[in-house]
Amino acid sequence: MAAKILMPALSPTMTDGTLARWLVAEGDEVRSGDVIAEIETDKATMEVEAIDEGVVGQLLVPEGTQNVAVNAVIAILLEEGEALADVDVSDASASAPAETPASAETAAPETAAAPQEAAPAAIAPAAAPVAEIATPSPAAAQAQARLFASPLAKRIAAQNQISLSGLHGTGPHGRIIKADVDAAIAAGGAAASQSPASAVSAALPAASGGSELVPHSAMRRTIAERLQLSKQQAPHFYLTVDCHIDTLLENRKQLNAQAGDDVKISVNDMIIRAAAMAMRTVPKVNGYFEADGCRYFEDVDISMAVALDGGLVTPVIRSADKLGLAALSQTTKDLAKRARDGALSPEEYTGGGFTISNLGMFGIREFAAVINPPQSAILAVGAGEQRAVVKDGELAVATVMSVTLSADHRIVDGALGAQWLQAFKGFVENPVTMLL
Amino acid sequence: MAEKSVFDVVVVGGGPGGYVAAIRAAQLGLSACVVEKEHLGGICLNWGCIPTKALLRAAEFRHNLDHLSEFGIEVTGDISVNLEKVVARSRNVAGRLSGGVAHLLKKNKVVVIDGTAKLGSRTAAGWQVAITGKTNSQITGKHVILATGARARQIPGLEADGEQIVTYREAMVPKSMPKSLIVVGSGAIGIEFASFYRDMGVEVTVIEAMDRILTAEDEEISALAHKAFEKRGMRILTSAKLQALDKAKGQVTATIETDGKTQTLTAERVIMAIGIVGNSEGLGLEQTKVKLDRGHIVTDGYGATAEPGLYAIGDVTGAPWLAHKASHEGIICVEKIAGRKDVHPIADNTVPGCTYCRPQIASVGLSEAKAKAAGYEIRVGRFPFLGNGKAIAMGDDEGMIKTIFCKKTGALLGAHLIGPEVTEMIQGYAIARTLETTEAELMHTIFPHPTLSEAMHESVLDAYDRAIHF
Repeated sequence: MAAKILMPALSPTMTDGTLARWLVAEGDEVRSGDVIAEIETDKATMEVEAIDEGVVGQLLVPEGTQNVAVNAVIAILLEEGEALADVDVSDASASAPAETPASAETAAPETAAAPQEAAPAAIAPAAAPVAEIATPSPAAAQAQARLFASPLAKRIAAQNQISLSGLHGTGPHGRIIKADVDAAIAAGGAAASQSPASAVSAALPAASGGSELVPHSAMRRTIAERLQLSKQQAPHFYLTVDCHIDTLLENRKQLNAQAGDDVKISVNDMIIRAAAMAMRTVPKVNGYFEADGCRYFEDVDISMAVALDGGLVTPVIRSADKLGLAALSQTTKDLAKRARDGALSPEEYTGGGFTISNLGMFGIREFAAVINPPQSAILAVGAGEQRAVVKDGELAVATVMSVTLSADHRIVDGALGAQWLQAFKGFVENPVTMLL
Repeated sequence: MAEKSVFDVVVVGGGPGGYVAAIRAAQLGLSACVVEKEHLGGICLNWGCIPTKALLRAAEFRHNLDHLSEFGIEVTGDISVNLEKVVARSRNVAGRLSGGVAHLLKKNKVVVIDGTAKLGSRTAAGWQVAITGKTNSQITGKHVILATGARARQIPGLEADGEQIVTYREAMVPKSMPKSLIVVGSGAIGIEFASFYRDMGVEVTVIEAMDRILTAEDEEISALAHKAFEKRGMRILTSAKLQALDKAKGQVTATIETDGKTQTLTAERVIMAIGIVGNSEGLGLEQTKVKLDRGHIVTDGYGATAEPGLYAIGDVTGAPWLAHKASHEGIICVEKIAGRKDVHPIADNTVPGCTYCRPQIASVGLSEAKAKAAGYEIRVGRFPFLGNGKAIAMGDDEGMIKTIFCKKTGALLGAHLIGPEVTEMIQGYAIARTLETTEAELMHTIFPHPTLSEAMHESVLDAYDRAIHF
C-alpha cells in the first residue's frame, strides 16, 4: 500500500513549519532511513527520514512552503509496482496546506516580525528525537524512535563497544542484525590494516597494538557536519583580551554569602550575565549572517556548551539579559543537568544567538572556539589564574582570565568585535555595572 | 486465441522450487509460466516428501498396534496390512496435492505449459525456450529460472533395475513386501525407507560407507539413532563399502567390504539411496557460460548463473536437497529479479533438516563438531525425553534435544533433536535463530505445560547448568 508522508512534529509544541527543501524528487527510490526533506520551524531545521522504502510518487507540498500544518500529507510513497493512479491522492491533497510559495509574500511581513524565523538547529544530542518522524501522532513518533536490533546484535555490539545508533540495519524493516554489527567490527579491523599509504594509518603508531573504529553516533555526525560547515563558510577571526576578575570573585563571594542556601552563583553564571549585558550594549553581534541580509535579534539568547560523553550539546538560556543572577544560575544548572541526562527537548538546544564555551575548569589558559553556526560569534573562556601584572608601574598579582572571541567576519567586523569584548571586559571587571 | 509467448519469468520445473517461484513472481506483478514435463509439485509432492509421509503414517499405525496393550487396549483377531491400500492412499495424497498446486498456479494467473524445455539463444527480448510436448512451441523469457530438480544417483555396475534393485521411486509403490531388504545409503531417504519397511515387519539391513549413519546430523544424534534402530531390529553396517550386487532368482547378494574384510549379504530386495544428481542435462546449457559442478548448476546466493537472465534454484544447484530450501531459493531469486531491496541470500546453516523415521530426527545450524571446528567456544545443553511428562504420558520417551550455544555471545549455533514429533518442533529453534535470539530470550520464553516442547526449553537451560527437570 502507498504510504502518506506526513508533516512531522519536531517538538511537542510545534503546530506548523516550513518545508524548506526536498532532498528527493518524484520517481526517486527511497530506503528506510534516507533523508527526504528538511523542515524548519522558528527554532530549528530538522531532517525528515523515510520510515518505509518505496518510490516517491508525488511531492504534494512545494519546497519553501510555509506554515505547513503538522500531520498534513506532504508526499506519497509508493510500493514497488504501485502506480500513483492507484492511490487516493484527493484525500491527501485536501489536507495539504493552502499556502504555497505563491502566497508566501503575504505571509512574509508576519514572519519577518518573528525574530528567529530561520534559526537552524544547534548541535543536537544523540538522544534527540530528530529525523525519523514522518508519522501521524506523537505516540507513533516515539515508537519510531525505538532502535530495532536483534538480541544477538545488541549483545555483540555491547561486547565490542559499538553504538547501535550509528549502524544501518539490513534486517527486515531496517532491523539491525548480527551481520551489521559484524560488518562494523570488520570495518574497524579493516581500518587498522590499511596500507601505510593512507595518511590516517601512517599517523598510527606502527604495529603497537591495533586500533578500533567506533562508528559515528548521530551526535558525532552532527558535530562534524556543523562545525565543518562553520569553518568552511564563516571566515573566523579571533580577538583575545585579559579580564581582571578579583572584584568579580569578591562580589560573587558576597552574593553567595548573602543569598539563601539554594543559590550558588558560579563564575560562569557571572560570565554569561556579562556576555548578555555586552550583547545589549553592542547588539550588532547578536545576529545571523543570511544570504539575503543580516538578521538581528531582539532577545539575547545565549547557548552554553556542555560537554557530554562522546560529544557536546549547547542548551540555550533564553533572554539571558533579563534574568537576575539567581534565576540565571538556576537555569544554567537545570539545563546542564538535563543536557548530561540527555533529557533536553529540541527547542531547548536549538536557536540561540551566541555561544559561550568555558574550559577554565581544565586549567586552559586561553583557546579559540569554532563558531556554532549560524551564530555570528563564540566566546572561549579560559581559567582565572593569578598572574604577575603591572599596576601603576609596579609588579602586582591579580587574578586574570583570558577570553577569546571568535567572530564571523561576514557579519561582525574587527572593530565591532573589539567593542563587544571591551563591553564584556567592562562588565566583568566592574560587576556592579551589570547588576543594573 | 493466441497463446501468450513472452514472459517476464519462465520457470522450468514445477516442483516446490519452481511453482513457488512462479507464484511469487505473479505476486510481484511479473508475468510467469511454469514448464513441467510430468507432475506439478515435482518429486516432493509426487515421489518424495509427501507420499513417503503417507507411508510412514501407515507404518506408525502398524507399530502402535503392537503396543496397544501397554495402554490397556486389547485387540483380538489378526492384524494384517493391505499393502495395496497403503500404497493407494499414498498415491491419493500425492494426487490431491498436485491438483492443489495446479489450482494455486491458476489462481495466481501463472501459465502452466506441459512439456520439456530447452534453452535456445539469448536475444534482446530474452531467452528463447523451445517447448517439446503434446504441442511444440517457442516461448521467450526475460528471465529463466531452472528448477529441474535431481534424481537418484546410479553407480556403474550397481544400477537399479526397478524390480530387485530399486530406487526411491519403486520403493514408494511396492507391489509386495519383501521378506528381507538391504538399504544402501543412510541419508534421510535411505533411513526413512529403512524405518518404513522395518515397521512393516521386513528384515532390514542398512549399509553405510561412512563411519556413522545420518552423516549430516550431529555425531551424538547419529549414535542415538543407530542404537534406536538396532533396538527395533534393524541391522546397520557402517564403514561398509558395497562392492557388487549379484542378482539371482528371488534374491540379491551384496558383496561388502568392511575394514578390508569382504562379506556377503543376501536379501530379497535392495534399495539404492546413495545420493542424488542434478537434472542439468538436455536443457541446452552446453552453449551457455553456465558452470556445472558434478552435474549441479553453479549459482550465486540469489540463484544467478554465469549467464545474465538465467537462474537456477533447488536440487539442481546441489545440497542440501530439501524442498523447503528450493522454495526459499525460488522466492529469493524472484524477489531479486523484481528488484526488491530487502533480499538476502540464504545464510549459512539456516536450513533445517528433518528425517521422518521413528524416532524422528530434526536439526538446524551447526553440529557440535562443526561448531568446534569453526572455532567457537561452546556451551552444550542436553535434555532427554525421559524427563518430559508429555513424552512419558504418550509412551514415547525415547530421544533427546541437544542445543549448542556460543559461549561468548549466547548465539544459538545449532539444535539437534531426536524423538517424538521433533520435526514439528525444530521450527521453534529456526525462528529463534532467524530472530537472532540469545539464550536469554529462550530462557525467558514460557513453554506450555505439558508439551514435548518443554524439552526444548530445558535443553537451553541445561546449556547454562539450569535444567530443572533432569
